[in-house]
Amino acid sequence: MIARLTVAERQSALLILIVMSFLGLAMAVAGRGTPFGLHGFLVIAASIGVGIPLLRKFYAPEPNPAQFEQYYDDPTKVGIVLAMLWAIAGMFVGVWVAALLAWPDLTIDAAWASFGRLRPIHTSGVIFGFGGNALIATSFHVLQRTSRARLPDQLSPWFVLLGYNLFCIVAATGYMMGVTQSKEYAEPEWYADIWLVIVWVVYFLIYIRTLARRKEPHIYVANWYYMAFILVVAILHIVNNLAVPVSFGGFKSYSAFSGVQDAMTQWWYGHNAVAFFLTAGFLGMLYYYLPKRAGRPIFSYRLSIISFWGITFMYMWAGSHHLHYTALPQWVQTLGMTFSIVLLVPSWASAGNALATLNGAWHKVRDDATLRFMMVAAVFYGISTFEGSFMAIRAVNSLSHYTDWTVGHVHAGALGWVAMITFGSIYALVPWMWKRETMYSARLIEVHFWLALVGTVVYVFAMWNSGIIQGLMWRTYTDSGTLAYSFIDSLVAMHPYYIARAFGGLLFLLGAIVGTYNVLMTIRVAKRERAQSDGGTDVPSYGRDPVLQAGE
Amino acid sequence: MSEFHRKIERNTIRFVLAIIFVASIGGIVEIAPLFTIKNTVEAAPDMRVYTPLELAGRNIYMREGCYACHSQMIRTLRDEVERYGPYSLAVESQYDHPMLWGSKRTGPDIARLGEKYSDAWHVAHLYNPRDVVPESVMPAYRWLLRNELKIDDLPGHLRAMRDVGVPYTDAMIENAAKDAFGQATPESDAAAGVTERYGAATHMRAFDGNAGRLTEMDALVAYLQILGKLTDAAQKTEQTKIGE
Repeated sequence: MIARLTVAERQSALLILIVMSFLGLAMAVAGRGTPFGLHGFLVIAASIGVGIPLLRKFYAPEPNPAQFEQYYDDPTKVGIVLAMLWAIAGMFVGVWVAALLAWPDLTIDAAWASFGRLRPIHTSGVIFGFGGNALIATSFHVLQRTSRARLPDQLSPWFVLLGYNLFCIVAATGYMMGVTQSKEYAEPEWYADIWLVIVWVVYFLIYIRTLARRKEPHIYVANWYYMAFILVVAILHIVNNLAVPVSFGGFKSYSAFSGVQDAMTQWWYGHNAVAFFLTAGFLGMLYYYLPKRAGRPIFSYRLSIISFWGITFMYMWAGSHHLHYTALPQWVQTLGMTFSIVLLVPSWASAGNALATLNGAWHKVRDDATLRFMMVAAVFYGISTFEGSFMAIRAVNSLSHYTDWTVGHVHAGALGWVAMITFGSIYALVPWMWKRETMYSARLIEVHFWLALVGTVVYVFAMWNSGIIQGLMWRTYTDSGTLAYSFIDSLVAMHPYYIARAFGGLLFLLGAIVGTYNVLMTIRVAKRERAQSDGGTDVPSYGRDPVLQAGE
Repeated sequence: MSEFHRKIERNTIRFVLAIIFVASIGGIVEIAPLFTIKNTVEAAPDMRVYTPLELAGRNIYMREGCYACHSQMIRTLRDEVERYGPYSLAVESQYDHPMLWGSKRTGPDIARLGEKYSDAWHVAHLYNPRDVVPESVMPAYRWLLRNELKIDDLPGHLRAMRDVGVPYTDAMIENAAKDAFGQATPESDAAAGVTERYGAATHMRAFDGNAGRLTEMDALVAYLQILGKLTDAAQKTEQTKIGE
């Protein structure tokens, strides 16, 4: 892979790694004996870890110019594998913390292993590690194919992919050492946040530069979503993470906002991390891989437009539904509830568009577990967006908020929608990337599908039950007008559901392990096959019909 | 509509600007006025800032991820007010950078936890929750008693807090480390300055039960005992919004 970089790119890469090593050294010295210093060493180690293979091939000859006539997929390939590994890591920690809630003494007397420090590793691991790598990998693939243009250079995609993973590792190791801003889904501290901004700007520039080279007059709908994902996540990330560090030699910072303003900013971020990270980006996947796999054009161009702009506009108003009945002024709560309900229209436009696209291909859904993953993802997208709008209604929220119902809702979206569309897309993409007809084993995809589906259903039903029971117990009165249950009564009632939840999560994790095995075996078999014969080429298809065309 | 859109989607820059414009509106309308509309945050003249020890405890609370299971926001609902106390006001978290309202109650709300239980109860509970509440699923935080509290960098913490708008005085910043020690060591010379700077009502005692040593347990318990006690505003205001 490194020999495919040009000599100039290799030199630039080395320069970047040297600069990073010095930055890491500065951190290590400034933060001696603290987590900040350890992160400095981590940066040095990461730079050396990438630098060694680079130096080994540093003096390799210039690559064959013929490769520049082909798409550049190396970062996508690595991104797919990283996404699967993060899936296992993040879901493993998820099962671990789920087990801790059922059996709290099942642990060791060490700070890093306690629930509060592990939980953000689970959330960041699956959202940013698994989801983020999958988005970066697929976006590079979709961007090139739908623009019929090669990525503008070969270095910046590596910078984005590896730089992003460095961010994820700094985040996860930081939580174990107690480095956190305590803002949910924005826990990493100021230096990790700044690093992510740099990575993100390069990511955005790749998008803009590739689109500028496109051979297609239109920007395909999948790219609208990927672009909204990149742009809006940047806005959210920068605003919500504004903070003043205690010193530039330590990890701790204090948020620029406080109290009610901070709460509103945090949930404007938090809800739109769901909207633009976990929805927009993955809709980008859906709009490319589902029609490709089904062999059908997108049902409606018009629905795509309504859905895209509806989501982009309305989601940004919905965050305040996380703060119903709190000290947030009621006018903001009401606005949030209203937009959350109307949001159902663009959400179902996308879910419906996806399912209608499958018309005429339902026999494939029956036979092909890969396409079935995507179909079920669209169904869960429809279910969880309906549930979300419903839970944003103040009266419903008074029952559901603070309970496991929210957790169930999040996982209906995260497992049923985000993870399923990702697995479906990866199963479609891996054979294309490694130039093979099919995955290593179709039967293992089938096994993964059922593990994932049953796991999701068990998980979500357990949390629906526990959440609603919890909410009802908290507000039940006796005939004499006193509260009927103590808090601890409600906790005891949760126990069986916490066990069921851990079991559901375990099934889902097993599915991810099966999937990773299947992906790695496909790569292995493909390499062996390629050693026996030279593979076909995948060239930009100048002058051919567009890859995908709207149905209208 | 389709024709208009076909034009936009042919131009990258136009498309990018359209996304930024459309996505910015909601946040601007909902967040910006919260900084300008005066009655968003109630007036509370008696509101005091966190002492250095309480701030250190708050940072431990964040470090251990306590906010993932405990909310600090009592909603304007009858059952919550009866279970936890007067509903939370915006002013009560005015000096919270960031706020810790939370989003999940695996454990109960603790916005009004201060002075509800004794220090000894908290220490025992944090050491092993199941010793005092057998059904609890809370993790045990034994290392809090083992770890000495780091106080030498507290002036920097107070200064950063002042930079983001908390009214710490120069004297508070200068004496932050000494005050942290003094608050948990009431019989020492350092104690007098604490009440002078933070008020006579400040809790002055060895929170972890051992005056000889300043531990992370001291700081965390000091923080837990001040929850809901920074101002009386919620007790004094008529709770008119209940049951909306």
